[in-house]
Amino acid sequence: MGAVYRARDLHFPNVVKLVAVKEMIIQARDPLVRSTIVRNFEREANLLATLDHPGIPSIYDYFTHNERSYLVLEYIKGKDLEALLQEHEGFVPEQRVIQWAIELCDVLSYLHNHNPEPIIFRDMKPSNVMINTHDHVVLIDFGIAKPFQGSQKGTMIGTEGYSPPEQYRGEATHLVDIYALGATLHHLLTRRDPRLEPPFSFGERLIHQINPAVTPELEKVVYKSLQYNPEDRYQSAQEMKLALLEVAHHTGILSPAAVLRPPPRKQSIEPVWEFACGDEIRGTPVYYNGALFVGSYDHNLYALNAANGALIWKYATDAGIVSTPVIFEENVYFGSEDRRLHVVAARSGQIYWTYYTDGPVRSSPHLAEGHVFIGSDDAHLHAVNSYTGHKAWKLDAGAQVRSTPLVHQDLVYFGSESGDFYCADFKGRIRWRFKARRAVTGSPVIANGILYFGSVDSTLYALDARTGWVIWRFRLGKPTISTPVVTDDMIITGATDGQIYALDLKSAREIWTFATEHQVTGSPVIFQDMLYCGSVDGRLYCLDYQTGRLRWKFATQGPITGTPVIARDMVYIGSTDHRLYALHAQAA
Amino acid sequence: MKFFEKLFGRTAGQPASETPTEPLSPEDQRGIEDLSYEPPQLIVGCAQSAGRQREHNEDALFTLATTFTSDYSNIPFGLFMVADGMGGHQYGELASGIAIRTMAAYIVEKLYTLLLSVKPASPQESLQEIMLKGIQEAHRAIIRTTPGGGTTMTAALILGKQLTIAHVGDSRAYLIAPDGDFETLTRDHSLVKRLVELGQITSDEAALHPQRNVLYRALGQGEPIDPDLHTTQLPASGFLLLCSDGLWGVVPEAEMYSIVTQAQNPETACLKLVQSANAAGGPDNISAVLVRLPG
Repeated sequence: MGAVYRARDLHFPNVVKLVAVKEMIIQARDPLVRSTIVRNFEREANLLATLDHPGIPSIYDYFTHNERSYLVLEYIKGKDLEALLQEHEGFVPEQRVIQWAIELCDVLSYLHNHNPEPIIFRDMKPSNVMINTHDHVVLIDFGIAKPFQGSQKGTMIGTEGYSPPEQYRGEATHLVDIYALGATLHHLLTRRDPRLEPPFSFGERLIHQINPAVTPELEKVVYKSLQYNPEDRYQSAQEMKLALLEVAHHTGILSPAAVLRPPPRKQSIEPVWEFACGDEIRGTPVYYNGALFVGSYDHNLYALNAANGALIWKYATDAGIVSTPVIFEENVYFGSEDRRLHVVAARSGQIYWTYYTDGPVRSSPHLAEGHVFIGSDDAHLHAVNSYTGHKAWKLDAGAQVRSTPLVHQDLVYFGSESGDFYCADFKGRIRWRFKARRAVTGSPVIANGILYFGSVDSTLYALDARTGWVIWRFRLGKPTISTPVVTDDMIITGATDGQIYALDLKSAREIWTFATEHQVTGSPVIFQDMLYCGSVDGRLYCLDYQTGRLRWKFATQGPITGTPVIARDMVYIGSTDHRLYALHAQAA
Repeated sequence: MKFFEKLFGRTAGQPASETPTEPLSPEDQRGIEDLSYEPPQLIVGCAQSAGRQREHNEDALFTLATTFTSDYSNIPFGLFMVADGMGGHQYGELASGIAIRTMAAYIVEKLYTLLLSVKPASPQESLQEIMLKGIQEAHRAIIRTTPGGGTTMTAALILGKQLTIAHVGDSRAYLIAPDGDFETLTRDHSLVKRLVELGQITSDEAALHPQRNVLYRALGQGEPIDPDLHTTQLPASGFLLLCSDGLWGVVPEAEMYSIVTQAQNPETACLKLVQSANAAGGPDNISAVLVRLPG
């Protein structure tokens, strides 16, 4: 520990010559240790005195008095980079950073090529870099003070932030300075102090994501110097300087270099078959036993051969069908805007029974324990005997029920357009109720005792299924009516801001997002390592579900509002262009 | 003396029975393991020691477990915390206590009182938000009252079947299943942990690294505070263990596992865990909280 004094050199009585005097207090008590510290200090001071470079302060004198050692050196008028960064509002312009970086490479190069042995600085960081009044860099604090600081015991806070991993193994070649310079540049460009972040996590804070003005060329140079393995970095300060000069050349002389965009790709995915009907397909198909069942706004439910799209039968209701059918014991259950729940034979399309509600049915049915659970715009949840079509009970939800009910361990969960989310038992009694600020149109999913659903209040909720207590909430950019999909550790959902969001299931932290060009109202589906999701921009997207990277996309002629279904390596998607498409799920 | 004899029915020092205390036979122990408590409840033990090389105890711990049953519901509630104040900081021993006081007061006010309200209502905020705000309050309280002080904080909230953890620093939470599964629920915010994760050093090297006590995140230090928060479903049975590095840094996992699963109750287990850390040299303060989960 110690201080730096600004002092006047009285050898020159007629002029004011300023010097810096660095004071170091010897904290060790053992006389042997004390004398070793002083000897090392004198050796270092002698070494520094031989250095001659504009980026290194000159040493004038040194001495030791009682338990204090002093170093007299050139007084640098200016500010260190840490102070500069604190005073500066906004980001430092890239050109200025590049200029400093090139000069720092020069200083490091001088030190690393010192004879008889190279000097490793070991402590490159913004507070050790002075910018003098001529805007040139001067490297200060040559670690000479380090041995004077006693070691601390017990748990401590704060890492050095700028040092590479191998320095903590006690290995220090000149490549530690390359890494620390990269870390310093990263701090300057992003204003994110690495001492406040997990160590070695620069790769998790991509420069352009924090400061979009930084060119990809400079970012590349910074990340090459920040490689964990020393052999992957620039092998000398000179090499890094050349790379920086290249960047300056590219970006500095004319306008910023044009970023190359990949040429627009043609539609390379061809559907295996497509089926056209009389109106929009807004809902989601279901696959069963070699056949696809899908409802259309033209009032019909269609049964198609899944292999070739040939029509098997169609069944007409009296209004549009927007929901997803369910297959149960060879029958197809589905709701229609004609206010009815219809049940027809999967094989023939012959009617089994229908059940009337008092409003259009836009909810999809859920079958469990011999009952069909379905919501209606008549503001009720209906429980209907699945064999007889007779009402078991109905529950007043206070507003339209368009979300698909979910049954889990003898409890029914569903949302309503007023924002109420209900948990009811099999007798139709409400167990608990949760209130979102706006409609819950999307359907809930459950995993490990936690319910997940989205709301038009732009929030994705996670609720304890037993008590209805909120475990976490995640704020989306815009409302959602999409039903999330849950994996072992992720939850993925779409929203009307056009984004697909992937979050950590336990902590609700964002893992990735993917932007489509319009609202995402349908739901994502996972198959193997892929995620399929449609968008109102008319495209079906196939992403790598772990990373959110685009694998391929397929354009239809109208907005997609439904959800794809996957069966036997095929993906089926309906579009408001009146068509149902069948594609190879693995399409490259 | 007569009075005491009357009161206790026998003179002091006389053994209650001629039969010496014996450990239970394996058969009898199995009987204990099969006991299922009705109503389901959290059974808690804790222990603490300054260790054998430190003069001060800078650790703090907290336990609160309640059972509330009515015809309508049974919701086990538990809040458990371990905080390890920073050595080398002026107010290390104060920071850990302040963190726990602030956090406990916040959670009890925002959550626990709601459980007991006549008309049961769930809080407007999520459990994770309440835990986050509790951590932030504790963080600000340290900055306000003991500037420069710092502490780790591992807080576990059990509500029904869900376990929510808020964590900063290098104290740890473990789930210990009777089948031998020993799961670490927290990630140390330490320099050596990062080095291990990046494959730069091995776990063995980390255990001996000179900077193994260096944290990159702690309550009272840095702004904003960014705790790890996550919720998992409790296993059907087993134990939740919270401890400071004075325990996990010196007692191997296998030993912790056998102590926890073989002890008659959580109190004894904690006592033995602390004894074990002291037997290994007790280089640091030791704190342990053990919760037997409702089976």
